[in-house]
Amino acid sequence: MTDQLPGLYVRDLRVSFDGFTAVDGVSLDVAPGDIRFLIGPNGAGKTTLVDAVTGLVRATGSVRFGDRELLGRPVHRISRLGVGRTFQTSTVFEELTVLQNLDIAAGARRGWATLLRRRHGIPDEVAEALEVIGLAGRADQLAGTLAHGQKQWLEIGMLLVQDARLLLLDEPVAGMSHEERDATGELLEQVSRDRTVVVIEHDMDFLRRFARTVTVLHAGRVLSEGSVAQVQADPRVQEVYLGHPVDAGPTPLEA
Amino acid sequence: MTTVARDSRTVVDPAPPPAKPAAGPSRHRFRAVAGFAFGAALLFAVAPLVLSDFRLSLLAKYLCVAMVAIGIGLAWGRGGMLALGQGVFFGLGGYAMAMHLKLADAGPGNMPDFMLLYGQLDELPLWWRPFASPWFALPATVLLPMAVAFVLGSLVFRRRVRGAYFAILSQALAAAMVILLIGQQGTTGGTNGLTDIQGFFGYDLDDPVNQRMVYFIIAGTLLALLALARHLMQCRYGELLVAVRDGEERVRFLGYDPATVKLVAYVVAAGMAGLAGALFVPAVGIISPALIGIVPSIEFVIGVAVGGRATLLGPVLGAVAVAWARTALSERFPGGWTYLQGLLFVVVVAFLPGGLASLIGLARRGDGERWFGRLRRTRRTEGQAS
Amino acid sequence: MTVLIGQLFTGVSIGAVLLLIALGLALTFGQMGVINMAHGEFIMAGAYTTFVLQQVISAAGWSLLIALPVAFVVAGAMGVLLEFLLIRRLYARPLDTLLVTWGVSLILQQLARDIFGSPNVQTRAPELLTGNIALPGGITVANNRLFILALAGGAVVALTVALRITPLGRRIRAVVQNRDLAAVSGIATARVDRMTFFIGSGLAGIAGVALTLLGPIGPTMGTNLIIDAFLVVVVGGIGQLKGTVIVAFALGVLQATGEYLTTLSVAKVMVFVAIVAFLQWRPQGMFTLRTRSLA
Repeated sequence: MTDQLPGLYVRDLRVSFDGFTAVDGVSLDVAPGDIRFLIGPNGAGKTTLVDAVTGLVRATGSVRFGDRELLGRPVHRISRLGVGRTFQTSTVFEELTVLQNLDIAAGARRGWATLLRRRHGIPDEVAEALEVIGLAGRADQLAGTLAHGQKQWLEIGMLLVQDARLLLLDEPVAGMSHEERDATGELLEQVSRDRTVVVIEHDMDFLRRFARTVTVLHAGRVLSEGSVAQVQADPRVQEVYLGHPVDAGPTPLEA
Repeated sequence: MTTVARDSRTVVDPAPPPAKPAAGPSRHRFRAVAGFAFGAALLFAVAPLVLSDFRLSLLAKYLCVAMVAIGIGLAWGRGGMLALGQGVFFGLGGYAMAMHLKLADAGPGNMPDFMLLYGQLDELPLWWRPFASPWFALPATVLLPMAVAFVLGSLVFRRRVRGAYFAILSQALAAAMVILLIGQQGTTGGTNGLTDIQGFFGYDLDDPVNQRMVYFIIAGTLLALLALARHLMQCRYGELLVAVRDGEERVRFLGYDPATVKLVAYVVAAGMAGLAGALFVPAVGIISPALIGIVPSIEFVIGVAVGGRATLLGPVLGAVAVAWARTALSERFPGGWTYLQGLLFVVVVAFLPGGLASLIGLARRGDGERWFGRLRRTRRTEGQAS
Repeated sequence: MTVLIGQLFTGVSIGAVLLLIALGLALTFGQMGVINMAHGEFIMAGAYTTFVLQQVISAAGWSLLIALPVAFVVAGAMGVLLEFLLIRRLYARPLDTLLVTWGVSLILQQLARDIFGSPNVQTRAPELLTGNIALPGGITVANNRLFILALAGGAVVALTVALRITPLGRRIRAVVQNRDLAAVSGIATARVDRMTFFIGSGLAGIAGVALTLLGPIGPTMGTNLIIDAFLVVVVGGIGQLKGTVIVAFALGVLQATGEYLTTLSVAKVMVFVAIVAFLQWRPQGMFTLRTRSLA
């Protein structure tokens, strides 16, 4: 299954705003089916990296998803290649119901003939996603009335029905309770069975439990990469987080 | 299996969440049909019986304004595009119709009276000629505004010019059009516009019976446009349009091109305004720059805001109410009307962004809501603009 | 050649007027993001202030000079009142602000009609400003146009200096760049908003004084100006004054050229087409601060 799944291959990616270089030559590979966590101090370029991959900001270098180059394509074209993302602040359509949110996400490939007709019943993929994200009982509720965690799940559900093969999630568990975090982590594991997942996250507890691999970004460059244990043991990571190498005591990754 | 939940006809479940989504489809349809039947009875039977010829012709005029309002409701209320220049499209439709009627009045091969009066031209200008044929002029009343909206819309939406920028550009378009019309007095009638239109496809417009016929055409068109708008709001496209209004970037990341989504609503709204302008001409007998410039363009918007921008019927009722209030008040207190109009803008937009429909919605939640479409805190409309 | 330079000067003087009417907007719309359609009526208020002062002080030169600060304060005070009563409730809703302030502008126009009557009124220009200066090469330049050019230049310099070096200017820029951070840094953002609005609206008053030199004063004069002013700021790009300055003169020259080659009405349409075309190239205007803002 994961064999035909495309991976994400970033080569020498650079993004600058008015002379400030936010991403400075990042290269990284995310294997198909991986759950990759991107971490790093504020301003390390994590979100900008995701912005570049999804076409929101202009970048140089190369970003391939499978064998297709993403750089230079407009946002909605990249999305149609199977790249989906969420934002730090949840951006569901609050004036629409959960069902309508999912239906819209499922519909980018629909023709105008379908768009101009009314929806009858629930499309299969939407029904399936409702079950997966645990909102089947709230299909007709306005998305704006959902709890914070539920909104985040709805966003993930939207990526599922959108048939994204690569999910880029920007701080999906920020502001969630412990139970919600666990549920989200399990959701990610389930989702990654036939998808590649990249997560930007500050929550180290969450990272230790659910990350398969980790990339540490610092000042727009890749500082360290590997399994959770490898990254945790990397003295350069400790230096960045604490300002000096440490021999003892918990690193922030452990704290 | 999950479809069951959707089809449940156990309609009003009083306690929980504010948004009670539509009842089952058939009940929905029944209400709509009943509503339209009621509206049709009101417009076709009651109004002609109780109103004098003069009042009925005023109502015809108001209903034209209401057609523009339906389009603005779609573009602004649902799509978040504050179209401040709908007068342009109203004018294009109106001038296209008026040009044809002037040529028809003059008779084949003759020039319209005002051209002879100004005496600047020896023969009919080239761009007037096609309008002699109803087969060109009638489609043009709708297609011409749609084409202009398509060109402007595809230019600005693709470049993500939106919110206030779009509003100001659309308003500037109205200003430019008026200046152009006034400047070309010899061929457009200048400030006077195209006046004194006598006949309407062979019917004498001075005859009250024919005026009544024009009223019926307008009322029928209004109902048809309402049905069209209702469908657009309730089909998947309508949901997508609201999504674009509230989160244009998010929609882009779902794989849609928001520019196309917005363009459709804007072009449809332009077509509605064009049709309204075209029917306004036989109803009132004149089209002039004063009817389509910046001020009338923004006056189209006030009715929509008063009625409830995101609803189906709100814009229509609001437009008719404001137009009626204007006639009633400005005769007696010309200055007073301007104050009132200013206050309407201030009070309704600042303190009641959902319009009067939101009051009714509050009063009778379950039913009113289905009647007026989705009435909610319309301030969300602003999401994109900031 | 002479024609060319003459046209250029006409363009520059149209540009100076555009700049004067747009400068206040560059502050309230450009810096604060508020779309104030009543800005045109603040210009009108400045013009009527000049008219009233001339009834009191008959020496045209003195009344004009005194009108400058008085109109600044009158229009500024109107702006502060508007900000306090309405706009501050609507900061999150720019399109609604547009409609609300349009309503205010209707009310102000009617007030002007009720106070000064519907017909236009006229002020007397000071002697010094009625003549022409003959420049070498056979070009004549109207004194009042020169005065307006100088006034516009002076206003731009004063505003730039004020924004750059005064403590208030620093606060204004801080609030523009990051409102929340400014607030937690101890800046009373609400008061800064009000001061910004005072200055921006006051500049409209100054523009109104200048316009009395060019034509009659009437209740609807603002409506005709407001769109031009907004277009200048939109094309110039928000957040910076230099875009407004460049675009005001560019549009002025474009319009003068268009008018010379065709007619006034065609020139206006040309300017509109040029603006739409320009926004294809730079949808955010000529200058803009690139940031990582999102969704």
